[in-house]
Amino acid sequence: MNGFLAVYRRELASYFQSAIFYVVAFVFLGIFGYLFFASVLAYGYFSFQAQDPMMASQLNGTEMVLTPLFHDTSVVMLLVMPLLTMRAFAEERKTGTLELLFTYPLRDLETLLGKLAAVLTVFGIVLAGTLPCVAFLSSLTPIDPGVIASSYTGLFLLGSAFLCLGIFVSSLTENQIVAAVVSFGALLAFWLIGVVEQFSGGGGGGPLSYLSILEHFDAFTRGVVDTRDVAFYLLFCAFFLFGTLRVLESMRWRG
Amino acid sequence: MIEAIGLNKTYGNVPAISDVTFRIERGEVIGFLGPNGAGKTTTMRILTCFMPATSGTALVDGIDCAERPLEVRRRIGYLPESNPLYPELTVRRFLTFAGRAKGLGSAKRGDEIDRVLSLCGIESVADRILGHLSKGFRQRVGLAQALIGDPPVLVLDEPTIGLDPTQIIEIRSLIKRLAGDRTILLSSHILPEVSQVCQRVIIINKGRVLASDTPANLVSRMGRSGKILVRATGPREEIVGALAAVPGAQRVTEAGGAFEIEGDSQDDLRAGVARAVVQGGWDLLELRAGDVTLEDVFLHLVTDEREVA
Repeated sequence: MNGFLAVYRRELASYFQSAIFYVVAFVFLGIFGYLFFASVLAYGYFSFQAQDPMMASQLNGTEMVLTPLFHDTSVVMLLVMPLLTMRAFAEERKTGTLELLFTYPLRDLETLLGKLAAVLTVFGIVLAGTLPCVAFLSSLTPIDPGVIASSYTGLFLLGSAFLCLGIFVSSLTENQIVAAVVSFGALLAFWLIGVVEQFSGGGGGGPLSYLSILEHFDAFTRGVVDTRDVAFYLLFCAFFLFGTLRVLESMRWRG
Repeated sequence: MIEAIGLNKTYGNVPAISDVTFRIERGEVIGFLGPNGAGKTTTMRILTCFMPATSGTALVDGIDCAERPLEVRRRIGYLPESNPLYPELTVRRFLTFAGRAKGLGSAKRGDEIDRVLSLCGIESVADRILGHLSKGFRQRVGLAQALIGDPPVLVLDEPTIGLDPTQIIEIRSLIKRLAGDRTILLSSHILPEVSQVCQRVIIINKGRVLASDTPANLVSRMGRSGKILVRATGPREEIVGALAAVPGAQRVTEAGGAFEIEGDSQDDLRAGVARAVVQGGWDLLELRAGDVTLEDVFLHLVTDEREVA
C-alpha cells in the first residue's frame, strides 16, 4: 500500500510539474468548448424554427446537444489520450529511473497500479473540466441527469481503456514519440476494426464490430449502462495491464 | 552479509559474468575493482535484485535474492551507476518518494529525510528542482536516496564518477563516515580511491574474480614478484644487456637514466644486479626495490589474466 502511494504521489507530482498535462488539458477542453458552442448554437437555431407544436415536442437538449457532443468527445479523447500515457514507462526506461523502481521494495503490480491511478486521476481532472458546460446547458433547457451520469461513466471507462493500452505500449519502448504514435495507431485500429464488416455488406454487428472500442460507447450516450459494454472495457483494461506486467517481468530477465 | 556463489549472467549469448564467487562480512567496506565492462555493474544489479542471475546464488543477509527479492531490497541502499533521478521533482519531494517506497511511515519520514539531507550536506538545496542542480549535488542526492531508511547494506556503483577532485574528496570522506557497522560494496576504477576507503578489494576482469584481499596483502604478494630500480652511469645499451643477463631477470626497461628490472617472484635480484653493474665497471648510484602500488597489482592481474590465489 505504501509502495502504491509512493508511486501514485510521485507520478502526480511529475504530471503537474510537466507541461504535457497542461497542454493536453488546454487542447482537450478547448476543442470540447468549441464543439459545445457549435452544438448549442445549432440547438438554438433549431428551436427558433420549431414554431409549430409538432416540431417543438421533438426539442430535446439531451439528445440534440449532449449525445452528439459526447460522441465527438470520444474521438477527441482518442487523439489526445496517448499523450498522457506516452511517458509512463518509456521515460523511466530512458532516464534509468526504472532501476530505482526495480531496486526499491516495490512490487511490479504496485508500480503499475500507482501509475494507472495517477493517470486516471489526471484524466478525471481533465474530464471534470467539461462539467461547467453541462451545468450551463442544464440552466438553459431541461436535460436528463441519468443520461449525463451514464455518459460520464462511459467516457471514464472509454478513457481508462485508452490509458491502459497507452501504458502497455509505453512499456515496450524507451522512446516517448514512438509510444505516442503506436498507441495512437493501435487505438485508431481498434476504432476502425469493425469497418470491414460494414463494407462487406453485413451491416456490422459481427465479432469484429464487437471489438471496436467506440462501438461500445454508443449505449452510454443514450443513457443505457449495459453490463456487456462495461465488461468489454474492464476486460480491455485488464488485458493490457496484464500485458504490461509481463513486459516488466521480461525486461528484468533481459537485464 | 553478502554472499555470491557461482554467479553467472549472460545477455543473449554474451556472457557478462561467469562463476563470480565472493563473501563479504558484516561491517566490511569492499572495493569492487575492474576495467570498464568487467562485470561490476552486472554483479551489483544481481545483488540488488534489479535482475536475476542466469545461474548461481546471491545472498544478502542470508536471504536469497531470487527467492525473496522484496526483503533483500528492503536491506539495501543502492546508488546506480547513472544516478537516475526525476529531474522535475524537488530534492525533498524525491526523497519523500524514496522514503515512502522503502516503507517509511509518515511519522518517521520527515526526520529521516532531514537526517540524510544533513548527512549528505544538501540541506541548502532541499527545495531546488533536481534538474537544476550541479552534478556534485545530484550525486549527493543519489547517495541520500540510497541512505534513506538506514539500510544495513550499501551498494554504490561508481559513486565518484564524473565529479571534480574536491567533490570526489567530499564523497569519499562521506563514505568513510558511513562505514562502521554498515556493509558497503563500492565499485570504482579509480585505484587510490579504493585503497583509501576500502578494507578489502575484489578485482574482477572479463566477468571473473581474479583476486580478493586487503590492498596491503595484494601489494605485498606482488612485492615478492620483484621490481628493482637501478641508477647507474655508463653506456645505456650495455647496461641493459648486462642487467638482462642477470639470472632471474625477466624484463629490463629504461627510463630517464634509471633502469627497472622485473624478475621472478621468488628471488631477490638485488645482489645479482649489483654484481652485474660493478663487474661491468660502471658506477652504481642507486639500487632499491621498486614500490608496488595497487595500480601495479591491478594492471598485472588485468593484463596477465593470472589468478592470485
